[in-house]
Amino acid sequence: MADKVLMKGNEALAEAAIMAGCRHYFGYPITPQTEVAAYLAKRMPQIGGTFLQAESEVAAINMVIGVASAGKRVMTSSSSPGISLKSEGLSYLAGCDLPALVVNVQRGGPGLGGIQPSQSDYFQATRGAGHGDFHMLVLAPASVQEMASLVFKGFDLADKYRMTTMILADGTMGQMMEPVSLDMGSVNEYDKSWAVTGTKCERKHNIINSLSLLPEELEQWNIRRYDMYKKIEEREVMYDEYMTEDADIIVVAFGVAARVARNAIVAAREKGIKAGLVRPITLWPFPKEILKQRAKNAKAFVSVELSTGQMIEDIELAIRCTRPVLLASRVGGMIPTPEEVLEKIEEAQKIGGEA
Amino acid sequence: MIVFEKPKALADVKMHYCPGCTHGIIHRLVAEAIDELGIEGRVIGVAPVGCSVFAYNYFNCDMVQAAHGRAPAVATGVKRADPENIVFTYQGDGDLAAIGTAETVHSAARGENITIIFVNNAIYGMTGGQMAPTTLPGQVTQTSPYGRQVESVGFPIKVCELLKNVDGAAYLERVAVNDVKNVKNAKRAIKKAFEYQVQGKGFSLIEVLSTCPTNWGLTPDKALKWLEENMMPYYPLGVYKDKYAEEAGK
Repeated sequence: MADKVLMKGNEALAEAAIMAGCRHYFGYPITPQTEVAAYLAKRMPQIGGTFLQAESEVAAINMVIGVASAGKRVMTSSSSPGISLKSEGLSYLAGCDLPALVVNVQRGGPGLGGIQPSQSDYFQATRGAGHGDFHMLVLAPASVQEMASLVFKGFDLADKYRMTTMILADGTMGQMMEPVSLDMGSVNEYDKSWAVTGTKCERKHNIINSLSLLPEELEQWNIRRYDMYKKIEEREVMYDEYMTEDADIIVVAFGVAARVARNAIVAAREKGIKAGLVRPITLWPFPKEILKQRAKNAKAFVSVELSTGQMIEDIELAIRCTRPVLLASRVGGMIPTPEEVLEKIEEAQKIGGEA
Repeated sequence: MIVFEKPKALADVKMHYCPGCTHGIIHRLVAEAIDELGIEGRVIGVAPVGCSVFAYNYFNCDMVQAAHGRAPAVATGVKRADPENIVFTYQGDGDLAAIGTAETVHSAARGENITIIFVNNAIYGMTGGQMAPTTLPGQVTQTSPYGRQVESVGFPIKVCELLKNVDGAAYLERVAVNDVKNVKNAKRAIKKAFEYQVQGKGFSLIEVLSTCPTNWGLTPDKALKWLEENMMPYYPLGVYKDKYAEEAGK
């Protein structure tokens, strides 16, 4: 096993980006992700890369578009209010079929909100990142190790499908320290003959563009993209399971909520309640199939979220509302305790028993 | 003997511009400069949102279409990805001086080694003639139907005058394309801006006073006259900054 080092989540993420071949980073200071920028401000000059503090989040995401257009790996990171500002660029990235990696270390909202951990940008990330019909690949790390490995994986997926990968982390993942292995493996190379690198007077000019005034053509662009999304939904779903084989109660949680949920499940088992955890790693594509499968034997579901209930809608959709789904949630930067989650599991056990 | 031909850097396609619009002239000047410097194979252009959005089809080099006002930020990314490439943006007045003001000022402040071609025709053309940041006081547009009233909507932005105080800017010049003499001068300025970039001298912006006969409600020749009589007094032509000429003079 490779050597492990003790690192902060934001820094592990930044180092993994470098290992993935990312040499361009554009950002703007915002808590609780500023360590990503600070780390890369030090590291990029050491390896001949570009660190640039942009005048705004809007400018930063458009600089990302520039580097992505030129066919190079590029990243920006921010936290919730800053991601809202990047919406325009996220839509253009999708419309231009450009690969990029965007990190959202979420904080409480709406508005300026707070600076403590949150998961309330779930809808924004999985549904409404910007105008138009599009998706991003959305990866949710639940450890410092995953902050690193999912960034590495995220760059690969972005290049593979020519789309944006969003790392949807929360303040806890960004700020906490854990041992992490930076043994990431090798970087895959992808064809980028579409990029603007200069024609060298040897080929027809390449155009990076999202505009079409012909509705028939624009419809086809959208349909092609959605055909690809279908393939991604078949191929790229990632999740983790814990004690689900015999579970009556399926707890669904990602990120820091999944860590709390795990403790609650252990406590529930001690009380004789057969609870288990499904932890989505990809929030889009959402792990619908496994939830449908688990619904066959489960009596009820509990969604644990640091929001007023956003992922719960995807759970209900996945199982077609065939089982009751309860919500264990704290918001505004608060994190539910294992006891609070356990209470919901007990309630689910009761309701599920009646159903 | 060939005495006149289409620049190689212009694609052989029909342009969509209105009759009498001076975008066509400015496109040609940019293409001629690219040809003469022999940089076509390493030029990357960034098209704006506005009348010249389809510039990506007209220039025969690699092109990126940017969101409204964001061209200098996109150009920054393209340039940083490969500093050997020559990167220019082509933007109108709404794009550059309203929604993209921050991107313009900060790319200049960084001394970003790019070239900006800023086409100022004092109106939003593509959306049908609304008040622009450069619309003149008293000028009638769709959204200033009683004439631009500076007491309520403020004054036009003079981009070259604004940017000359930004230390990072290397070369700023305002030109016009209303007559042959000025067209020739505009060509010289555009070529010089590209040369500066090739030499790594940093940020340059050429503001080109241009016409919009359709939305000004004038015939092409009257539009040229209107430019001369109304725009040129408010937006004086000339070099607003040339860092290297100033340094050489010292």
